[in-house]
Amino acid sequence: MPATATTPPKKRPPSFKLTPEQIELFGEELDALRERVIEDLGQRDSDYIHKVMKAQRDLEVAGRGLLFLSFIPPAWIAGTTALAVAKILDNMEIGHNIMHDQYDWTHDPALDGHEFEWDNASTGDDWRDVHNYQHHTYTNVVGLDRDMGYGLLRVTERQPWAPYYLGNAVYAFLLAVLFEYGVAVYNMELDQIRLGRVSFEDKREEFDRTWRKISKQAIKDYLLFPALGGPMAPLIFAGNMTANVVRNVWAFSVIFCGHFPSGIEEFNRDEIIDETRAEWYYRQVIGSGNLTGPNLLHVMTGNLSYHIEHHLFPDIPANRYAEMSVEVKEACARFGIPYNEGSMPRQFGSVVKKLVRLALP
Amino acid sequence: MYVVPESAAPLRLGRRLFQSRTLETIVSPNGIDRYGQLLDPTFSVHRVLARVEQVRRQTAGSVTLTLRPNANWLGFEAGQHVGVGVEVDGVVTTRYYSPASSAEDDRSIEITVALHPDGVVSPDLYYRAVPGEIVSLTQAFGEFTLPDSHAGDLLLICGGSGITPLMSMLRTLHAQGHVGTVTLVSFAPTRADDLYVSELKQLGAEMSRLQVVRGHTREHEPGGTLTGHISAAKIKRICPRFAEIPTYVCGPPRLVAATERIWKAAGASASLKSESFTLPELKLDAADATGTLAFTESGISVDNSGATLLDQAEAAGIAPTCGCRIGVCHACDAHVKSGAARDVRSGKVRALSNERVQLCVNAPVGDFELFI
Repeated sequence: MPATATTPPKKRPPSFKLTPEQIELFGEELDALRERVIEDLGQRDSDYIHKVMKAQRDLEVAGRGLLFLSFIPPAWIAGTTALAVAKILDNMEIGHNIMHDQYDWTHDPALDGHEFEWDNASTGDDWRDVHNYQHHTYTNVVGLDRDMGYGLLRVTERQPWAPYYLGNAVYAFLLAVLFEYGVAVYNMELDQIRLGRVSFEDKREEFDRTWRKISKQAIKDYLLFPALGGPMAPLIFAGNMTANVVRNVWAFSVIFCGHFPSGIEEFNRDEIIDETRAEWYYRQVIGSGNLTGPNLLHVMTGNLSYHIEHHLFPDIPANRYAEMSVEVKEACARFGIPYNEGSMPRQFGSVVKKLVRLALP
Repeated sequence: MYVVPESAAPLRLGRRLFQSRTLETIVSPNGIDRYGQLLDPTFSVHRVLARVEQVRRQTAGSVTLTLRPNANWLGFEAGQHVGVGVEVDGVVTTRYYSPASSAEDDRSIEITVALHPDGVVSPDLYYRAVPGEIVSLTQAFGEFTLPDSHAGDLLLICGGSGITPLMSMLRTLHAQGHVGTVTLVSFAPTRADDLYVSELKQLGAEMSRLQVVRGHTREHEPGGTLTGHISAAKIKRICPRFAEIPTYVCGPPRLVAATERIWKAAGASASLKSESFTLPELKLDAADATGTLAFTESGISVDNSGATLLDQAEAAGIAPTCGCRIGVCHACDAHVKSGAARDVRSGKVRALSNERVQLCVNAPVGDFELFI
């Protein structure tokens, strides 16, 4: 074999502007940052998540308690608000982050990422597969990252247009309102049946599990708690439904701001063959976007406002993203890597504009 | 971890209520523990949680805690041990201690923890335990227990905090109205390190056939019964019939080994039960690709090649669930029984026991046992 034999250069996304050597240097810096933070994890991180969980529980108990007093209008408003905030905290800062195994190092059974269940229609098990594996590994890779439009929307020019997409904005609105159900159905990957890759029987158990999860939540919010309230039943029903819808619309908005504002890159599947860890880091940065805003915004988004950092370090406790973002942003500036961030109104406005524009060819 | 045998748990009305489907739905998906703990911080349907009732210091190097477990606690036999889990720097860490209280008391347990300055749990308990604190417990387990019929004489030998299981035996025997002669031989470095001095004095007053002999290994005592380490001559002097009576020894490895030698020489090994507390030592050399990698569920063992756990499992014909293969998604996480592993991303080696590890980014260092 001739000593000069070389492998052909790998195909890389046109959005990769750095040389392979620069990318590896960038990756080394991020690995070092990751190690530093992991070394430093301790009491303050455990205290933080326990504090949020306590707040979530207290808000939930207070919210459901106040809804029993729904005949006083301010109690209905306060109860519904408290319950909506509790559900948002449960899904975002608590559930999403714990299920990323961010707190497994605590060895606390209540923070076990493989056991945790959240107040959401999607089962923890399906979520861990589709979200943690598929979305986080193949972020923004058309055809592999199923979050690219959820099989429902057109979110990039790379998805060929069809007349169906004329309703793009309408579907997006419906998805926002019914987000938890949309995600639950989507996480079951039922399109695999349509494509003939698996049979309905293969999906049966998953389907039953999701159905049990959905019905349990529905029985709790729409039957048991209203029934416990006696004459308050319709108001409690309405309060619980409002809280669920508020959580759905909020989660939808935050998540759509994470990958779909303008200026965020997408990739093709042949561009990630034999990708190195550093290239994966690079792709995460240019494929994600952050939200700027006050502290409350970060807590209520489960720190998904630091979406770039979350994609770089999905299993590091999210309360660390704020401090990590300073270093990530600085490194990006030094390497000339775009770091996409903006206020929520700006990012969300750009998402809406995109969804409307992509309704047309 | 010890699993509660279901038949052993009494089916109380409260338990049945907690298991009703309606209540389960109302508290789903978080479970009732989170809400019950609003009222009682030790509330749990399945876990054993205990409240620290009392904290006292018998010696400068130890702390004695009285714990009140919740209703899931099934009690213990004198001589057994229990895992005590506390949060240290954010990590729930469990260490095993033998209760020193009477096994007849199923409402509370007492443990005495010797301070190991380089340890994790003992400094936390020694410096920070306060009444009202909540700790988690395992159920009690262990074979270092009294024989089924123990009406006769007994010889108990201990060193340092090894006195705790023997203290439990003494207190339990006392509560049961034991009639035989019991001899306790307790070693400690100095008089100031003696544990349970006043308790044993009181017990001696109530149990006429209890003999307590204190030995000090680092203190010269003119006229003392026992000076220096254990020896056959000393034991013969204290208890001439030692080879004929059931004997229990608990303490540091050197004391236990010396005692075992004396009993073996007397041809009495069968009458000696021993327990030693040692810290498992792990060799943590990152370059060390030696040892055996055992996949316990598959019943396969291979020579550790130094490759990642995932690669070695696949090479052995096991196909663990996996996803990204770069340490992102945690789909390949599996339980480690014991071993040390090097994180291929950072090069850092960590000792692991009974916890999960990411197979795709960890390579075993030395012997390794994995539950797949």
